[in-house]
Amino acid sequence: MINIVWGIVFVLLAPVIGGLVAGIDRKITARMQGRVGPSILQPFYDVGKLFEKEQAVVNETQIFYAICYFIFMIFTGALFFASGDLLLVVFALTLAQIFLVLGAFSANSPYSYVGAERELLQIMAYEPMVIITAVGMYVATKSFNVGDIATTTVPIVLLLPGIFLGFLYVLTIKLRKSPFDISTSHHAHQEIVKGVTTEFSGPSLGLIEITHWYETIFLLGFVYLFFGFNPLIGVVAVIIVYLLEILIDNTNARVKWQLAVKSSWLIAIIVGVVNLAALYFLAGGVP
Amino acid sequence: MQLAQLLIFLILFPLIAAFFLFLAKKDLERAWIVKLSALAIAIVSVYLLISTYNMGGLLFSVVPAEPTGIIMFFLEMLIALAILYLGIVHKKWLVVGLILIQSVMMLWFELVYAHSVEVSSNLFIDEFSNIMALIIGIIGSLICVYSLGYMKFFHESHPEMKDRRPWFFAIMFVFIAAMFGLVFSNNILWVYFFWEVTTLCSFLLIGYTKTEEATTNAFNALWMNLLGGVAFAGAIIYLAMFGNGIMGLDTLLTSGKVIALIPAALIGFAGLTKAAQLPFSSWLVGAMVAPTPVSALLHSSTMVKAGVYILVRLAPIFQATFTGYLLAMIGALTFLIASGIAISQSNAKRVLAYSTIANLGLVVACAGIGTYEAIWAAILLIVFHAISKSLLFLSVGTVEHRIRSREIDDMNGLIVRMPKIAAMMVIGIAGMFLAPFGMLISKWAAIRAFVDVPYGFVFIIILAFGSAMTLFFWAKWMGKIITVTSDSKNIEGEVDHSEWTALTSLAGLSLITTLVFPLLSTKLLEPFLMENYGHVAQLSQDNIIIMIMMLLLLVIMPLSILIPQRKDKHVQAYMGGRTTTHDMWFSGSLGVQKKTVLSNYYLHEYFGEAKLRPAGIWICTALICIMFAATALRGVFL
Repeated sequence: MINIVWGIVFVLLAPVIGGLVAGIDRKITARMQGRVGPSILQPFYDVGKLFEKEQAVVNETQIFYAICYFIFMIFTGALFFASGDLLLVVFALTLAQIFLVLGAFSANSPYSYVGAERELLQIMAYEPMVIITAVGMYVATKSFNVGDIATTTVPIVLLLPGIFLGFLYVLTIKLRKSPFDISTSHHAHQEIVKGVTTEFSGPSLGLIEITHWYETIFLLGFVYLFFGFNPLIGVVAVIIVYLLEILIDNTNARVKWQLAVKSSWLIAIIVGVVNLAALYFLAGGVP
Repeated sequence: MQLAQLLIFLILFPLIAAFFLFLAKKDLERAWIVKLSALAIAIVSVYLLISTYNMGGLLFSVVPAEPTGIIMFFLEMLIALAILYLGIVHKKWLVVGLILIQSVMMLWFELVYAHSVEVSSNLFIDEFSNIMALIIGIIGSLICVYSLGYMKFFHESHPEMKDRRPWFFAIMFVFIAAMFGLVFSNNILWVYFFWEVTTLCSFLLIGYTKTEEATTNAFNALWMNLLGGVAFAGAIIYLAMFGNGIMGLDTLLTSGKVIALIPAALIGFAGLTKAAQLPFSSWLVGAMVAPTPVSALLHSSTMVKAGVYILVRLAPIFQATFTGYLLAMIGALTFLIASGIAISQSNAKRVLAYSTIANLGLVVACAGIGTYEAIWAAILLIVFHAISKSLLFLSVGTVEHRIRSREIDDMNGLIVRMPKIAAMMVIGIAGMFLAPFGMLISKWAAIRAFVDVPYGFVFIIILAFGSAMTLFFWAKWMGKIITVTSDSKNIEGEVDHSEWTALTSLAGLSLITTLVFPLLSTKLLEPFLMENYGHVAQLSQDNIIIMIMMLLLLVIMPLSILIPQRKDKHVQAYMGGRTTTHDMWFSGSLGVQKKTVLSNYYLHEYFGEAKLRPAGIWICTALICIMFAATALRGVFL
């Protein structure tokens, strides 16, 4: 069942595409704000510059956690694209994310510490919705296998409209977009210095940036699963979703974490219960 | 014949050890008795596994029901008298009332029905009992070994308390004997007897220090468990009256739901009290006043595991019944609410306690659902929880003796101050919530089990939220431990030899069981499920390989420390431009020097105990009432 080729393709291509997506993101964002914006390749220049810098750390263990974050995020994405088990992918994602949090904790710095706690709050906010999404896809396609879900003829998005919207809601958290860029942000206006990444600099910060590209591609792949019945619609939908996220990012002010957690949970409960119940009834008989 | 002797050995040998421990007054004698008996018990429980390998369920009729039954009844009455006496002395009238009701019930049973009850095979062994025996025999023994060092230190640092170690160790071993008896008994009367012995032992151990708080909490635990005991006695009387003399677990399971559902619900209720499910969670949290090895024993290999053991045993009866769903709902809500409360707790032992309650809730949820997949998940949860939780308790105990605190915030920078124990704790915590470790495999199994049952999605949603909370409180604790406070000194010192043996063995076990989990599943769980349900649950080959890859990655990564690196430039943590000394004192307003103190988020406003616990108690009490009403109605109509 495991398709190693796709996994390798992901490992090699994701940072390239992810970097380009980040560049396009910045360009569009700039246009929305009435600026010319940087070159589309700017993210690559930025990361390249980070790697040229001297590694400065509060303590060495930070680098270890950054590397673990990097490796397990690649692992997560590769497992996803190699048609792994969707639930296992979700768990691997959590593992990767925890390493970033640990890296922030390890520095014993007030700002990165608050960032770490907030990052955990964010994980706590999106995790239920992600699990519900995975289970929803299983109910729709009778399989947890990513390959089966991606190539199904079932129009998943029509069966899971609520779950799709709920997933988009938490996707904003995962992509670190306003209004939910609470633990760290890509915007110039930060809140707690730079949150989880406050104490990362130079190459290790570059590594975290690349990890984020991997993550973006993995998440867009996740969005694609909803449209697996028609690849063309799927790709278009993924692009629209990302443009929508950019729009949301630029038109919303950052909210407090309380609102982020409460609203994500409320939405997860409502769409989870309603959509899954409806699905079971549609499937016939007792839910 | 020979197998039966092994079972009898495991039940009686700890009793003999207990007797000698009660007599041994010298440290050295005690140390030898504990170590040798622990070794013997562990070896025999492993030998039992080897010799029953591939044999399925076996029933034994070697031990005659009489006069054993009479002896047990006599002992029960003695225990009842002792509890009665203690209840009157301490003016705990609830306990007095419950023990009177229970004794009258059992007396009535003995006089009126006992002769009409016949159980041909009193002892039995199958894969599930085998797994339980391994948990009790290995983890329980390790905890006893650990106690040697801990209790010595405990009494050195609490000179005001009377040193009653002979008593303490004797009770620990009686506890282990009772647990073996419980998992090997087929005769429900025997199960009941051992059940009551565990109640008594936990009461004595919780009240060990004899402080006012300890006594109060011990009685709190006692009345809740006695309430369960009353329900258990009710089940026995019901079976005697309407059950055509059925009194064996094997016959009960095959007798059909019409007869079995009401007694199963009653025993299930007893299981809920023992497994500290809401509304009965407070006894387990209160049990924290006892010395830490007691907590470890109660939480991992004995007591609460007895509660979930009996529920999992009876699961085929609960399957696809309204009673079962309600039971599952009680478990699921307990999981959700206890996980939430754990977020708000700053005391390490209380976090562990609420996490135990939560995980047992998940086991109860699986048992209530009762499908083969759910049972597979339930047994995995029992195994992995026992290992990780005992490891965590024992680490916390050792840390507590060094830093004189159980507060998580005081464990800041433990990785620098006590690197070895911190590593053990990190393994324990990772085992509780991260892929690819045991507990996460089990949660995964639980999700897969819930997907395929009616109304399963409700349980999945509860599970999804519960595990998100679980993640939050474990990760922030882990973060505290691994924070590098570069100026702290290493205060680990010499960890007591016996403590260290137990800790490393448990840490090793948690890694090894994750690695050999596929074997555990195919060799023990699948035959058990096949025999009882006719189906097997398993993870696909691909997933197992991926998990092993993850585990290897996780094990290899820390080794990267060994690679010589160039020395990186060290900078101060960003302090907003304040002048800060190297050990994080910064100059505040008016030139006052202040220490940077970092504390976790506890979110009392949302997850406070005062807020969630009453809600949980009311909801779960209501569910229990509905469960009994529904079961009784069903009994009437059928």
